Amino acid sequence: MSRILQAFANGKAFIPFITCGDPSLDVTEQLVYAMEQAGADLIELGIPFSDPTAEGPVIQSANIRALSGGVTTDKVFDLVRKLRVNTQIPLVFMTYANVVFSYGIERFVKTAAEAGIDGIILPDVPFEEKEEFDTICKQYGLDFISLIAPTSEHRIARIASDAHGFVYCVSSLGVTGVRSQITTDIGHMVQLVKTAKNIPCAVGFGISTPEQAKKMAACADGVIVGSAIVKLCGAHGADCVQPVAEYVKRMKDAIRELS
Amino acid sequence: MTTGRFGIHGGQYIPETLMNAVIELEEAYNHYKDDPEFNRELTELFNNYANRPSLLYYAERMTKDLGGAKIYLKREDLNHTGAHKINNVLGQVLLAKKMGKTRVIAETGAGQHGVATATAAALMGMECEIFMGEEDTKRQALNVYRMRLLGATVHAVTTGTATLKDAVSETMREWTNRIADTHYVLGSCMGPHPFPTIVRDFQAVISKEIKAQILEQEGRLPDAVLACVGGGSNAIGAFYHFIEDTDVRLIGCEAAGRGIHTAETAATIATGKLGIFHGMKSYFCQDEYGQIAPVYSISAGLDYPGIGPEHANLYDTGRAEYVAITDDEAVDAFEYLSRTEGIIPAIESAHAVAYARKLAPTMTKDQIIVINVSGRGDKDCAAIARYRGENIYE
Repeated sequence: MSRILQAFANGKAFIPFITCGDPSLDVTEQLVYAMEQAGADLIELGIPFSDPTAEGPVIQSANIRALSGGVTTDKVFDLVRKLRVNTQIPLVFMTYANVVFSYGIERFVKTAAEAGIDGIILPDVPFEEKEEFDTICKQYGLDFISLIAPTSEHRIARIASDAHGFVYCVSSLGVTGVRSQITTDIGHMVQLVKTAKNIPCAVGFGISTPEQAKKMAACADGVIVGSAIVKLCGAHGADCVQPVAEYVKRMKDAIRELS
Repeated sequence: MTTGRFGIHGGQYIPETLMNAVIELEEAYNHYKDDPEFNRELTELFNNYANRPSLLYYAERMTKDLGGAKIYLKREDLNHTGAHKINNVLGQVLLAKKMGKTRVIAETGAGQHGVATATAAALMGMECEIFMGEEDTKRQALNVYRMRLLGATVHAVTTGTATLKDAVSETMREWTNRIADTHYVLGSCMGPHPFPTIVRDFQAVISKEIKAQILEQEGRLPDAVLACVGGGSNAIGAFYHFIEDTDVRLIGCEAAGRGIHTAETAATIATGKLGIFHGMKSYFCQDEYGQIAPVYSISAGLDYPGIGPEHANLYDTGRAEYVAITDDEAVDAFEYLSRTEGIIPAIESAHAVAYARKLAPTMTKDQIIVINVSGRGDKDCAAIARYRGENIYE
């Protein structure tokens, strides 16, 4: 069983997202260990991009902070190599097509796989464009993660049947960021996925409170939280490890009882 | 390779949330582009609202002064709202209305596309919101007022470099937020398929007219067609009907800013490399890790780090040439055309005028150059005055 599938093997998965190098790569390393300790099942590592079109203001700012601090793709790979000495937690890159493309798709995927990355999420690569990335990911044993959105409707079956690792269910219209409520019928989306393929579904976008996490996890296999954590990193800077760990624990505890 | 490609360029690199919207748009466009009623309405808008066909004017004094090829100016500056942007906007807003949309959103750089979109929205009774880089709202304050006057809401975008690329990113984000009643009126021949094709088709009226007009006035095709290129919509419009006429040189004039060997440039073909951004594969100004470069040009309309995918392919195949024009050269040409012909061009269009000043003297007197004067320069007067060290009130 792949590390990604293991993340979903022990009940509902909690999946935090952090931007690498915000506030520094050393803190990112500490955050990964602390979040794993606090109950994270899989961690999304964002490689910063100058113009992240799927992100709201919180993660946009984190990207700018990280890039201003001198983070590069190569430095992120170094971080992953360091992490893999100490942890086997599933790690998935989340970045934008041009970061991968400009590095050379094969060079990027090969380096990522060798460093110990388990999958890649590219929010600006939809089903129609995924082949040029997916083929190489398969070759090196990485899962190219597919996304579905509230607008996907009849596209879900096609996307799901060719999905690997897990399916990222985008909970709401719009970009990433905290939302007071989520109105999409997530259960229905998940059901459409499961009809096409038996693959874990994790819900993301807009989730910040334990109540929301519980509600989302009740109809899916896991929840993804980005902006709420990145906001803590922005507010606490180098001192963010403890508050983030406490937050992750609260969120994981909220969904643990569902398992 | 997926749909909507120009050679290796183009495609649909957008979030899943928007996929059904672009598929729906493509289906609607494929239906209406051949619909006689749609085309009758669009022609009516072009001719009786936008002032088409625009003149093809023989620039006799400029021709004599440069002492080489005969120079004709395609006067897109005489269109309603003062630029070629209206061609695409009337087409897209009419299409959006047919699709049952009630709200349009758009990015703008110099403000010409925003003004055109606000105009068409006012005319067709649509709600309109424009996203403009904060830096550009300062450079083009008059256009911000015009958009508001026309009933649009203007959002100043403060992210990134607060210029055109950030305005595009922010409009894309807004579109993912509200899709059902909203059409994104993309202003250039860029972005995800089908936008590059739709924008090109609506702008192709420019080359269609040039061809008919030059055949009538000169009885032959031109030797070269020149147009400025940011995303490239006026250029693709001016080139399109000449692509098959391989004796006609097609020359796109990019903004070199302070020079292509400086960091302050927006010349994508000269300094960019292949990448994926804003929905398309094409050439982009970027660093070695694929971070999009903070480009610069005196011209807000050319201040964009990418180029439309069809241009990228015309460059790959060698069918079109791309040259880089500096701020200095463009400002000189802005003043030159004003004094020589009594026509104040947009600073964007002045990039094409600048190259004509270099090219025409190398050609013979029986050869012909057509310059697409994509817009009028009133909006630029304050900025050019500042460039020359003079502060005037707009």
